[in-house]
Amino acid sequence: MSLVRFLNVAKEYQRGGVALTHASFQLNKGEFAFLTGPSGSGKSTILKLIYMEERPTAGDVWVSGVSAREASRKEVSMVRRHLGIVFQDFRLLEDRSAEANIAFALEVTGTPADIIRPKVARVLTQVGLASKGTALPRELSGGEQQRVAIARALVNDPYILIADEPTGNLDERATRGIFQLLRDINLAGTAVIMATHNLELIRRTEYRTIELNHGRLVFDSAEAPPPEAAQPAAPSHHDENTI
Amino acid sequence: MMAIREAFAAFRRAPLLSILGVVTIAFSLFAFGLFGLVAVNIADALRSLENRVEIRAFIAEGTPVEASSAAMGDIQAFPEVLSVTYVSQDDALVRARKELGEFSDVFEPGVLPASLDVKLKPGYRDPTTVSAVANRIKSYDFVDDVRFGEDWVAKLYRLRTIATLVGTGLGLAFAAVAVIIIGATIRIMVMARAEEIAIMRLVGATNGFIRLPFILEGFIQGVLGGLLALGLTWATSTAISHSFMRTAFFDPTLATLGVVSGALIGLLGSTFAVGRQLRRL
Repeated sequence: MSLVRFLNVAKEYQRGGVALTHASFQLNKGEFAFLTGPSGSGKSTILKLIYMEERPTAGDVWVSGVSAREASRKEVSMVRRHLGIVFQDFRLLEDRSAEANIAFALEVTGTPADIIRPKVARVLTQVGLASKGTALPRELSGGEQQRVAIARALVNDPYILIADEPTGNLDERATRGIFQLLRDINLAGTAVIMATHNLELIRRTEYRTIELNHGRLVFDSAEAPPPEAAQPAAPSHHDENTI
Repeated sequence: MMAIREAFAAFRRAPLLSILGVVTIAFSLFAFGLFGLVAVNIADALRSLENRVEIRAFIAEGTPVEASSAAMGDIQAFPEVLSVTYVSQDDALVRARKELGEFSDVFEPGVLPASLDVKLKPGYRDPTTVSAVANRIKSYDFVDDVRFGEDWVAKLYRLRTIATLVGTGLGLAFAAVAVIIIGATIRIMVMARAEEIAIMRLVGATNGFIRLPFILEGFIQGVLGGLLALGLTWATSTAISHSFMRTAFFDPTLATLGVVSGALIGLLGSTFAVGRQLRRL
């Protein structure tokens, strides 16, 4: 069974117009997929639909078998416990340490303290920050902060890691490091869907690529061979909704 | 556990607002408490006065003793009546002289009428019952007039009703203000933690879990406000007892009820505010 399934999905914002039309695709267990396209093409909307921050205007999205149209608020919360979400701007709580930021994700889902501690230590090691658990976000580099955010996303053992421009704020070296980390996470069995502008990353790998333009799914490498020459993306005035 | 920790952390984050919330609840209940105190003390006074409630039926001059004796037996048999005493003209004079002290010589013998003094059983001493019994007694031919201090009994009862109403009115007005202030406090707390709440939602915290610390905070503010009001009312009551007159204080049940009301005001304010504010985020 697919982890994520989009069927004829349209999303129209009350202010901002149509963000997505006729989107159909599936994401399977253990898969790695890039989501690419110019700003405002609908990448973030697709990700928001997956973690049910937004609900489709038409069609439906199923995540782990739960319909986004029908899910109650409680069901949305339960779905999110099996998703890991990472953003370009990290979204760490500035007033607490790396460890506390990661533990927070478990605390708020009611995990007992004696389970939290070893889990936090494990994911910190996994992202290569075992020695920096007590550091505050501002004491860490951008790449390190993103690693903390990824650790927070991983600590609930998600089926899917959703990454919205995770390297958008990072220099090249940090970008390579974060990307390698996401690949390792994928190799360990977690599906990854990553929105990115970074064509360099896409070219370097054989991963599936889904391309969007003006809210339409214009290319999916799982269904067609890659185009000979990638069309330069048209600039868009349609401003993407920020999360 | 986390909810309790967060609820207390809110007091640290916005101490002034939290104190404002507590003080407003305290004032609301203090206003209620002061008038409640008046009502309780009037009720006490009424109880002790009620023990002295007595119907005095004046007997027309020249009434044969047999007639009044027969009536005494009848009246004694009324279910409301505790005792009936015959007071002769001479007895009335002796009593009047004793009560009047230095003005004791204003009455000439034979001026005061004889009377039947009727005491009522406890539970039958309210104005309605007293006046019903008095009317029944009045229907005897030989009874000239009936007195039972109807005026002051009714006045005291009215006073108690007014104190209760004013206290309730003022208390409710303050309570409404308290609900609004606590609502504002909670709204600011929610805004201050908007980022945290957004992350909580992303990692799958339920709405109930997110709400709980805020609701708990309102509850704590309410309990503190209730306790403060109780302390203020007690201090006022003690001060009055020392300087004017002995006053009664609320019994433990009423005092507990006061604190519980505070808690309810706090809960109400925070529950409404957090629900609305979380929908906006």
